[in-house]
Amino acid sequence: MSAHVKQKDASIPTIPVKARLSRWFGRNLIRIYAVFGFTYLFIPVAYTFAFSFNDSGKSNLVWKGFTFDNWKNPCGAPEVCTALGNSIKIGLLATIFSTILGTMIAFAIGRYAFKGRSSSNLLIFLPMATPEIVLGASLLSLFLVFQINPGFWPTVIAHVMFCISFVVVTVKARIASLDPRLEQAAMDLYANELETFRKVTLPLVAPGIAGAALLAFSLSFDDFIITNFNSGTLKTFPEFVYTSAARGIPAQANVIGSAMFFLALIIVIAGQFVGKRVKVPK
Amino acid sequence: MSKVKLPYLLLLPGFLFLFTFFILPIANLAQTSTQTPIADGDTGQYEQTLRFSNYLDAFTENQEQFARSFVFALCATVLALAISYPLAYAIAFKAGRLKNFLLVLVVAPFFVSFLLRTVAWKQILGEEGFIVPSLRTFGIISESTTLTSTSFAVIMGMTYNFLPFMTLPLYASLERIDPRTMEASGDLYANGITTFRKVTLPLSMPGVVAGTLLTFIPAAGDYVNAAILGSPNTRMIGNVIESRYFKIVDYPTAAALSFTLMLAILILVTLYIRKAGTEELV
Repeated sequence: MSAHVKQKDASIPTIPVKARLSRWFGRNLIRIYAVFGFTYLFIPVAYTFAFSFNDSGKSNLVWKGFTFDNWKNPCGAPEVCTALGNSIKIGLLATIFSTILGTMIAFAIGRYAFKGRSSSNLLIFLPMATPEIVLGASLLSLFLVFQINPGFWPTVIAHVMFCISFVVVTVKARIASLDPRLEQAAMDLYANELETFRKVTLPLVAPGIAGAALLAFSLSFDDFIITNFNSGTLKTFPEFVYTSAARGIPAQANVIGSAMFFLALIIVIAGQFVGKRVKVPK
Repeated sequence: MSKVKLPYLLLLPGFLFLFTFFILPIANLAQTSTQTPIADGDTGQYEQTLRFSNYLDAFTENQEQFARSFVFALCATVLALAISYPLAYAIAFKAGRLKNFLLVLVVAPFFVSFLLRTVAWKQILGEEGFIVPSLRTFGIISESTTLTSTSFAVIMGMTYNFLPFMTLPLYASLERIDPRTMEASGDLYANGITTFRKVTLPLSMPGVVAGTLLTFIPAAGDYVNAAILGSPNTRMIGNVIESRYFKIVDYPTAAALSFTLMLAILILVTLYIRKAGTEELV
């Protein structure tokens, strides 16, 4: 095999090896760079996953040996699952409310020309352009003025507030990409406005709404800064990781992080398959 | 239901929510920022005195942290751009059938909790990680040099954590470029570099602008990376605001600092958008 390649090399004497090598690098530079980029992206993921198998006891700082115990008993460390439960509950509630409110706004802005449309767009953009610490701190001040104690519901409210904009942007993009002829066709076939909306528009926008809901959940689940201001004594999963970071987080946290990673990956990949199947043929 | 009212009805619930939990808190924050402590009240009791010099005091006391926040955020943004652009370019133009898969891979690391990833970096860059000992073996860093608790670690953490905010808009705008424009440039005897400089880069500018903004804004207000990866010498304005709220209970100063941060970011963003000349961000 190698002899064959060598012979081939010899048959093109006009281009020296050095030049060919540099040309290969030139052509593949961007690919090589991408490999490095992906390695950088995945180093902490690999680390988190590897250390979820660490037989570490309480502090998961140094590698002590391989074990499946943490995966068998993800709630083994104190507080981990309470924190996870809080995050899931808050995440689900925030997702439901922000998806409903955001989708309604997206339809209004995406579908209608009305007075105040551009200022509506601005109002949606502003929360995204405001640093999280300002959002969190200002909301806490408001709760304190009305003597509402930080805790579960203030956190849900905070999450709905910052998720709405992302839902609007995502759903609006989907609405904008709709072919208006599909709705016109439905109307031509004597569907009234409500029927057209229910049977044509909504199913077509549904993947966008689903995507927005997923985004809202992951934003809510992962949020730390705004949550830290408004949760009071309640602890969410990111807060749990933050407070235990100083003395080393338990391996169970790595188990939950890794499990979330694979779960999300499965949902995204499954979503792509479903998305392909229901795609409207052009 | 008349047609004119419909969009307003759709907007109403969401905007009422945003008004109560976004606009009102910001207004309240502005109000808090000019208060002073009640003469012989408890900690945390303030009265409105319209003391605008709170701003001057807050700014002069924390100039260093303000400057650091903006410098760190700028460094992280530039680094993220340098990492993301080739990555997004490779996915958009060189990935072929793997395009969607690679796009999922870019986002995938961010399903592992933000806090877990940051803690993972702390341990990877720490004394017990694999990087520091190997760098010492090769004599690249001296025995006494550490990587954690440095500006380097904080900037690196921010670059990593906000990377998808850069990569996704870049990919979106690169993917939209018609490859024939690049071919045409080649046909007109432009070499690869000229084609990139005169065709690809200008066409991808909306993505560059959106990406840099989406990275810079959260980075400037961040305190998690500085808290976990940094030291007291790398405190950012976010850390100051956080401690003013929770440890010192000095709400007026915290409010003045938050407001200054928000205004500074808004001004910078406006100037930047003017200069970069893209209006279609929202």
